[in-house]
Amino acid sequence: MKQYTNVITAYLIMFMLIILVGIFQSWSLALTILNYCLISAVMTIGANIQWGYAGLINFGIMGYTALGGLAVVLVSVAPVGEAWRVGGLNIMICLGVIIGMVFSIRFSLKKIEKSKKRNYLIAAIIVIGILLLRLISAPAIESIEAVEPAKTGFLGGLGLPVLFSWIAGAFLAAGLAFVVGKIALGLRADYLAIATLLIAEIVVSIIKHEDWLARGVKNVIGLKRPAPYEINLQQTPWFIDLVEKFHSGKLALINSVSEKQEVLNQLVINASSIYVKLCFTGLFLTVVVILLIVTQKALYSPWGRMMRAIRDNEEAAGAMGKNVVKQHLLIFILGSAIVGIAGAMMVTNDGLFTPGSYRPMRYTFVIWVMVIVGGTGNNFGAILGGFFVWFLWVEAAPIALFIINLFTSHLPETNEIRVHLINSAPYFRFLMIGIGLLVIMRFRPQGILPEKIIKN
Amino acid sequence: MDFINAILVLLNYTIVPALTYGSQLALGAIFVTLIYGILRFANFATGDMMSFGTMFAVLLTYYFQSLGINLGIFPTALITIPFATFMMILYMLSIDKFVFEYYRIKKSPPVQLAMVSVGVMFVTQAIIRIIIGPADRTFLDGQKFILKASEFKEMTGLSEGLTIKSTQAITLVVTMIVVSIMFWFLNRTKTGTSMRAYSDNEDLALLSGIDPKRVVLITWIIAGILATIGGILYGLDKSYKPFVYFNNMLPIFAAAIVGGIGNPFGAFLGGYVIAFSEIFLTYAYKKFFTYILPEALEPNSMIQLLSTDYKFAVSFSILVIVLLFRPSGIFKGKTL
Repeated sequence: MKQYTNVITAYLIMFMLIILVGIFQSWSLALTILNYCLISAVMTIGANIQWGYAGLINFGIMGYTALGGLAVVLVSVAPVGEAWRVGGLNIMICLGVIIGMVFSIRFSLKKIEKSKKRNYLIAAIIVIGILLLRLISAPAIESIEAVEPAKTGFLGGLGLPVLFSWIAGAFLAAGLAFVVGKIALGLRADYLAIATLLIAEIVVSIIKHEDWLARGVKNVIGLKRPAPYEINLQQTPWFIDLVEKFHSGKLALINSVSEKQEVLNQLVINASSIYVKLCFTGLFLTVVVILLIVTQKALYSPWGRMMRAIRDNEEAAGAMGKNVVKQHLLIFILGSAIVGIAGAMMVTNDGLFTPGSYRPMRYTFVIWVMVIVGGTGNNFGAILGGFFVWFLWVEAAPIALFIINLFTSHLPETNEIRVHLINSAPYFRFLMIGIGLLVIMRFRPQGILPEKIIKN
Repeated sequence: MDFINAILVLLNYTIVPALTYGSQLALGAIFVTLIYGILRFANFATGDMMSFGTMFAVLLTYYFQSLGINLGIFPTALITIPFATFMMILYMLSIDKFVFEYYRIKKSPPVQLAMVSVGVMFVTQAIIRIIIGPADRTFLDGQKFILKASEFKEMTGLSEGLTIKSTQAITLVVTMIVVSIMFWFLNRTKTGTSMRAYSDNEDLALLSGIDPKRVVLITWIIAGILATIGGILYGLDKSYKPFVYFNNMLPIFAAAIVGGIGNPFGAFLGGYVIAFSEIFLTYAYKKFFTYILPEALEPNSMIQLLSTDYKFAVSFSILVIVLLFRPSGIFKGKTL
């Protein structure tokens, strides 16, 4: 029990903080923060698998998150029949051409000896393939994007329930991770960081600019939800009854009937938004708990020991007959798949897909700060980091505002410095997170909850 | 005549802009490569450090303008270079003192230093945004064009004009001056030689009595000069926006790695490789071909290899290809 005291205290403090937000700001905000904390936790579990278990730097988290988001659009949006009719066939042919290209390149890499001739052949396959793609896709893309551009202008998705997209997001991200891993995993640590960062940028720029796929920067809004809608909930009798029962004491104090009805309506509206958020919290919590159990089991399994051995001494592990390259690729794919799930969860929670919002600052570096601050190699630590840093990210502005007001209270309201500082309060979050990271790296490099190795 | 027109189209829309953009990237790339070669880590705060120096240039330009000081036809920002560079170097040295020095003495692995530089990136971004805000600013004054398209047409009687913006000329001239002084310094002076020795083999350099503190100090000073001037030139040519500077870190990294990281001359050329490929691959050649081909063959599409949206993606793809086939870069890295 004693070894868990740290973990329990840290989590208790974290939940106290969220409850404080509920009391002082609003419960709705507290739940929003909690939901995002849970999503961040999934991301940090993914990043922690790669960095903490295997020592692989992946600065491409943004790319996998975006692919997870894309999966929500591709799975849950109803297909746009008109667009499929005008351009679907050509797009499918293009897909076929790409697959053909990949296989013919693989074939020539395998069957033909390494020579100048082979290089020319591969170059020719790529050039001819790209020309073919341009020729086939250009008219199709134009006609697809012309289908009601204000509302659709894209192919749409499969129209399946949105929860399937979480799995699809994992698979999409895993697919990308397979390709990236094949290309970049042989690189040295800092090269790998830069390469993954840039590949993620390429992925996001493709999602941003290929409008036929997911409307690009025009965004997809009104995505399906795995939870009821507030509007419907507000008219459901059992829900109104529930709210009435819950607040019966408060309602009994009001005498006039019309006033009572008004208060009840307001309460129902508030409660409906909280209820919907609680539904999301339940779903996200399930995902986090399942992932936590699986990753904990994996960490203390022979496989987890092997990963640590590879991380701590690649040569020795290789000499013991472990296939380092294969394991690195495997763990890279697993971690990225988990990040893909988180990306899908986030878009589901928001109900909209905005490719323009994917920026490396928010989706790569902040996630890394979470893992490092929380504790590399320790799943509980990584999750705590996700919670804590996200909490700071949201609450930094109010905290900064409070501090600014405290220190400038002797200055008049219209003082230029004071006004300027108050206007730039949102940017203090970068300062707090940066300083937090620097302090942790300097004085507690293993993070708040360090890695613990249990020997049985 | 058509042939000259075609060449002019290329000059106007691709070669001159690419040379300018390439010079700006080259300065940043040499900055990255110096830090990598001597201090041995990938500095993720590169873009924001450049932004930090430029911020002072912007503020000082506004201040000088309010005092009525200007350089006539040249932009006022040129006078601010020494002051902004000084502030930049001061900032870099204090960051080094409080942050990087500890890890250098402990001989931490480069990955840890890279992580620390992410922390520095956050802090620098915050400081910039708190001081100047995230808005887009232009601080170019003085004469805008050296050669206007209309004047050129009148002069030569050609149907295509040639425009040369003063910022483009300034960028090229300043870059050439800065880079040649830097290479002279690295290759011909004793301090430069000691820096190269330190980069090649730290232990041997220490053994032969080179003072590591001095090497680090001089590295930061050169880095500060390069970062500030690169940033100011970019800001004059386009505009100053903190977020854009952060993003510029990516093509700069690409340039440094393509040129062989740790090799300043490679980084210098890498900047141009990246800039030229970005612009050549995303330029629509329609006009060029209408001049050069007979009328029957004139193209009716844009003849654009990639849409301009993929400008960044081009440089990153080049980087990935280089990493795959020649991880040490085109010009063999790790020899300063």
